[in-house]
Amino acid sequence: MIKSNSGIRKADVINRRMFIIGAAKVIVFAGIIARLFSLQINENKKYLTLSDKNRIREWKLPPTRGNIVDYFGNIIAGNLKVYQLHIIPEQVENFNYLLVRLKNLLDLSDKKIAKINKLKSELKPWDSIIVSENLSWSQFVKINNYLYDLVGVKPVMTISRNYPFNDVYTHVLGYVSQPNEQEILNNQTIQERFVPGMKIGKLGLEKRLENHLIGTNAIQRYEVNAYGKRINQLEHQKGKQGSKIRLTVDTEIQKACGELLDQKAGSISVMDIYTGDVIAMYSSPSYDPNLFLFGISQDDWQLIRNNPLKPLVNKTLSGLYSPGSTIKPIVALSALENKVIDTKFKVKCTGKMELYGQTFHCWKEKGHGWVSLNNAMKQSCDTYFYEVARLLGVDRLNITAEKFGLGKKVLGDYFDNEKKGLFPNTKWKKNNLGKGWVLGETLITGIGQGYIQSTPLQLCMMTAQIANGGYAIKPKIIVDSNPISYEDVKQSMESGLSLDLNSNFLLNKKLFKEKKNIKIVQEAMFSSTNERFGTSYKSRIDDPKYQFAGKTGTAQVKRISKRERELDLELEQIPYKDRDHALYVAYGPYVNPRYALSIIVEHGGSGSKAAAPLAKKLFKLIIDRHDLRNEQSNFERIKV
Amino acid sequence: MFQHDRLNSDITLFQKIKNLDYILLISIILLSVLSVFVMYSTDGGELLFHTKNHFVKLVIFFPLMIFVAFFNIKFWHNFSYIIYILVIFLLVYVSFFGIKSSGSQRWMDLYLFVLQPSELMKVAIIMCLAKYYHRLKIEHVNSFTSILIVLSIIIIPIIFVISQPDLGTSILIALSGLIILWLGGIKIKYFIYSFITFLISLPFIISFLKPYQKLRILTFLDPDRDPLGAGYQIIQSKIAIGSGGLDGKGFLKGTQSYLDFLPEKHTDFIFTLFSEEFGFIGSVGLLILYSIIIFRIVRIGSISRSNFARLFCFGYAFAIFIYIVVNLSMVLGLLPIVGSPLPIMSYGGSSMLATMIGFGIVLSAKINHKQIIA
Repeated sequence: MIKSNSGIRKADVINRRMFIIGAAKVIVFAGIIARLFSLQINENKKYLTLSDKNRIREWKLPPTRGNIVDYFGNIIAGNLKVYQLHIIPEQVENFNYLLVRLKNLLDLSDKKIAKINKLKSELKPWDSIIVSENLSWSQFVKINNYLYDLVGVKPVMTISRNYPFNDVYTHVLGYVSQPNEQEILNNQTIQERFVPGMKIGKLGLEKRLENHLIGTNAIQRYEVNAYGKRINQLEHQKGKQGSKIRLTVDTEIQKACGELLDQKAGSISVMDIYTGDVIAMYSSPSYDPNLFLFGISQDDWQLIRNNPLKPLVNKTLSGLYSPGSTIKPIVALSALENKVIDTKFKVKCTGKMELYGQTFHCWKEKGHGWVSLNNAMKQSCDTYFYEVARLLGVDRLNITAEKFGLGKKVLGDYFDNEKKGLFPNTKWKKNNLGKGWVLGETLITGIGQGYIQSTPLQLCMMTAQIANGGYAIKPKIIVDSNPISYEDVKQSMESGLSLDLNSNFLLNKKLFKEKKNIKIVQEAMFSSTNERFGTSYKSRIDDPKYQFAGKTGTAQVKRISKRERELDLELEQIPYKDRDHALYVAYGPYVNPRYALSIIVEHGGSGSKAAAPLAKKLFKLIIDRHDLRNEQSNFERIKV
Repeated sequence: MFQHDRLNSDITLFQKIKNLDYILLISIILLSVLSVFVMYSTDGGELLFHTKNHFVKLVIFFPLMIFVAFFNIKFWHNFSYIIYILVIFLLVYVSFFGIKSSGSQRWMDLYLFVLQPSELMKVAIIMCLAKYYHRLKIEHVNSFTSILIVLSIIIIPIIFVISQPDLGTSILIALSGLIILWLGGIKIKYFIYSFITFLISLPFIISFLKPYQKLRILTFLDPDRDPLGAGYQIIQSKIAIGSGGLDGKGFLKGTQSYLDFLPEKHTDFIFTLFSEEFGFIGSVGLLILYSIIIFRIVRIGSISRSNFARLFCFGYAFAIFIYIVVNLSMVLGLLPIVGSPLPIMSYGGSSMLATMIGFGIVLSAKINHKQIIA
């Protein structure tokens, strides 16, 4: 009885205590539900995003570069389909067997095989290894024939840069290749769009216009598992090809320049004297940019690097030369403008000039006798220009020369390898060399020797600005969206009103004080080419359609000793390195001129023999293509 | 008379079947079926190893539960101490000859399947203490000797389990034992005092923890301190649950588990997968199902005439509740990660075996709720 009593009392205790627990249970479950609610309902968005971030991975594909076309729309830097060979290690049954098979099929080197093995150990098994970036068509066919035996091998078609004109535009366009770490870090756009295997501009316009040309990545979204393996593709977002860039250059003329300079070191530039369009800009020798696309071979690279004619140097923009006699039109103009001389002013040339015990020679040992400006330009009399320079002084000459573009970059920011050159004055010498100017230096500056240094493109621009009547132009190589036409420029020159009020550069500013002075210089250049005894008389074209005016130049690369002067050696007898540079600047047609050019043949000898004849051949082509070019620009205007 | 009771011949088999608690049974069946589907999802929607094994275990252990239920509750009362001692022996055996796996020695190989005796201890300790309090006079509940005895009953198995090492199971065993002490009537102030002592000595206890256990506690306090290492599990688990939303991503569509972001998704983190695929609604539904089970067990306890049955049912209901709470709090980031399975849902034979035996005894209590145990 007592026992059962105690049992009942015990049951009461148990029940009471159970009740407390029951209440606790309800509270705890409510707490758990509250937690579930907060995670799944309140913070659902946050965790959904995190979950998607976990499972979705984006793969960027290399963007397609924009095309670069010439003035006529011909692609000069395009894209080509290339065939590549990839291996996906996880699909391969027997890796070594596969490598042996591929080695035989594709003639892979042992080094390449070692590299593939190294890549295999570094990459995840589902990441593909690129065995060959650029299979030839026959290799591609061969691989496809044996594909049943090559498990895990994937032939892939992809897009690669291509330069259809090979070496013709190398110094304008540059080339693309795999970027290095620094290049990726330095450019935000490349950094954002970089994917392995992508190529970027390394030089020239390809580099300069990288951000326009690069294009946007196509993006593939995949669902991945926790180990990063792709499970399935979710969507594909198409990329946009980079912008098309149209240049002012004419491939036919550019090609002709290359042919004219074949086997020579030098440069030819051709420019529209009104619009400033660079029509050709060729530096010789050139090299094939296509070699760099998939990594240049050691042999090819050594061949380019060790070539004594220095193909890697862009001579048009970074080659610095003494202008020689091609500076004489500027000397003459400066003297006329400063009223130091007039057309009647005459100097007697005896073949040399003495100054403070120093002898300054004219190229013609016997001398030219009494010469006026026209005659002196025609026959390129050095004595005359010594005297004119002496009367003028280097500082006044410097002002005129810089007005016409010497000592300044021609294309501005477009090429980072463009050089400024140098046109000296007394202040420059004092500041940079710490010595006072010597009158003798003025004399040799007057014939384009001494400190003076210019790029071929500067000489071309100088000539263009004389040819157009003495107005400033802004040279360009890229056709902008709103091109300024010849008519616009002509009108602005005649009215004296600037075309573009927003631009800092006062377009078509007149560079002369008296228009007749320009005319005098133009006439003297005409005589030099088209009159008997003119230095480039042999290279003239009589047909007024093609008739051009020009000035030869022969730049010494070393001081000529007295003995050498007496020997008067033939070109072939002088060591290549010591031969003079041959120069020629010209514009045409003489009546209503439109184009200017500059030609430099390194160590070519005299300008009249080595440079001027090239102009004769080139001018025919340039003038013949004028109408075509004109049509093109009219067409563009209508389109706008 | 003695024999009469033991064989329970006054209730026929038909009556036994009739007296089964069908609400509890249906809930268990529902939970079992659900667990097979969830296991199927952890296998990535294919009939693979885990699903098959889980199903086979259910097929074996469910009849075992009914079999256990058909023994009179008095039988289980009589064998409680023996069962407890038997499990202690198994723990001793495991600590010497057990199978080692990932740094701990918890299992013994029974050829057909691998047994984890510590799981059985979760039920055995409730039986043992229920019997002890059933027999103890209420006047002696708070006596020094009796408290010493019950504490020894709890501490002995825990020493073995904690040295395996298995912190999670030892905590669950301790809590299961303590609840019987509470129900038995030990003064509330003793609980309060020991709780305060526990809090004070906590830093001391922590200094005895193994480095990986300390790391778990640190990780719990700040999962982002090592998101790809120690904090990875809990972060991924929260992402899975949180991204489930109101109605979940759908059956077999849980990306977190399907793409292997979830760790231990078959065992301790099974709720995470469930919650990702079935969302808030599914999770609350599952909690309701568990609540029904707990409530039914409590009800069976309260209609039982013997204090043994009452204590066992109340204790077991609380144990189930604690397993669920510890497991869910862990995957929800409310508690540090300690290994603790979710009853029936988690993959694991021993856990299911112990749970089914527990349900069996509860059902036996229901069948024999009028049984008085002397």
